Amino acid sequence: MSAVATTVTAASTDLRFRYALHLGDTSLILAQRLGEWVGHAPALEEDLALANIALDLLGQARHLLSYAGEIEGKGRSEDDLAFLRDPSDFSNLALVEQPNVDFGHTLVRQFLIDAWQLELFECLQGSSEPRFAELAAKALKETRYHYRFSSGWMVRLGDGTEESHKRVQAGLDALWKFTGELFAPGAVDEEAAAAGLGPDPASLRAAWNANVEQVLAEATLKKPADVSYRWYGKRQQHSEHLSHLLAEMQFMQRTYPGAQW
Amino acid sequence: MQQAPANRVEGFAAPAEREIWRILADVPDPEIPVLSVVELGIIRHVRVADNGRVTVGVSPTYTGCPATEVIARSIETRLEAEGYEHSKVEQVLSPPWTSDWLTESGRAKLKEYGIAPPAQSVSNPKHLFREPKVACPRCSSLQTSKQSEFASTPCKALYRCSSCLEPFEYFKCI
Repeated sequence: MSAVATTVTAASTDLRFRYALHLGDTSLILAQRLGEWVGHAPALEEDLALANIALDLLGQARHLLSYAGEIEGKGRSEDDLAFLRDPSDFSNLALVEQPNVDFGHTLVRQFLIDAWQLELFECLQGSSEPRFAELAAKALKETRYHYRFSSGWMVRLGDGTEESHKRVQAGLDALWKFTGELFAPGAVDEEAAAAGLGPDPASLRAAWNANVEQVLAEATLKKPADVSYRWYGKRQQHSEHLSHLLAEMQFMQRTYPGAQW
Repeated sequence: MQQAPANRVEGFAAPAEREIWRILADVPDPEIPVLSVVELGIIRHVRVADNGRVTVGVSPTYTGCPATEVIARSIETRLEAEGYEHSKVEQVLSPPWTSDWLTESGRAKLKEYGIAPPAQSVSNPKHLFREPKVACPRCSSLQTSKQSEFASTPCKALYRCSSCLEPFEYFKCI
């Protein structure tokens, strides 16, 4: 709570709009990635779990994008914002757009983002904007379940067979370079923090690190070295994967504008 | 256990509003039809305006619960059938819904239906990091184990009973 600036400058409409998009896009794109697992997960139980987590994330995205559309005041709905924006208009974290490789890789991505959302939503409950605070209180309860699921699997797979350990470690090594962005300055979340809308991204790092290190140790996994990051999704600089993801996600609305069912 | 605001309000409601509560007590949840929306604890307020127009506040159980829209439509449809035209359902996000708001009758019906009701109160959030003992809804054995954190809907987990060997769903504490 203390992470939210106490000296509040009135957050401009534009800033609230961009911050809602940043948070909403992150949830939306991760939901889409998890949705790709439906019918393909290693067991029925995990198929259901990934779909259910995707659903929670989609719920967050719907609230945030609807709110963004409202404050923008140009009549854009949640669907317009999800289906009719170009990749360069999305401000999700680059971590969540990384393609699925195998179940272990997906679990690592989920775990890293769950641990981040735990801290984010905890702090966002103190937002000066009630709509963010209310959503955070709701989403936090769900995120605790996501985290319990993903951290449990990190330990089972990491401390499992030689093969499962190898795959999770490979996922961790591949994805770690995208975690720097979670706490990096110079983007919309830092501006939002200055206006009391949300936590300073850098302030989430210590608790995130502590959680992650504890789980990695239990999972007998090796924490990769931090590297400088080139991907800055929250400044709309994306890896090439986002365009491919959106091409699939937006296909219907782009091909048949205004189609409804 | 936290008291559901809905129940508190219901007890002191004006006659016109109490009538709406009575009707809502008969509107089933689309995914667990043995429960009414009132028993599920998702009805947060009922208002009847001077012109007779009804507003019902509903909380989603989970942020992305796909039943939310179906529930809103079924409430409006039901109220219309009872003569309340142009009723409106509004979403209430805060404070967030909790499984503590399931009513006693709701919990009993869940068990009868074969779904284990939430095993403890969520007043202390630490509960999420401790595993509660879940009793099998069929044979009441506590020799049960969790198969998956998530089941056919986000609000349930998948369990298995080691005594009667049957799988069952558990309504999670949240």
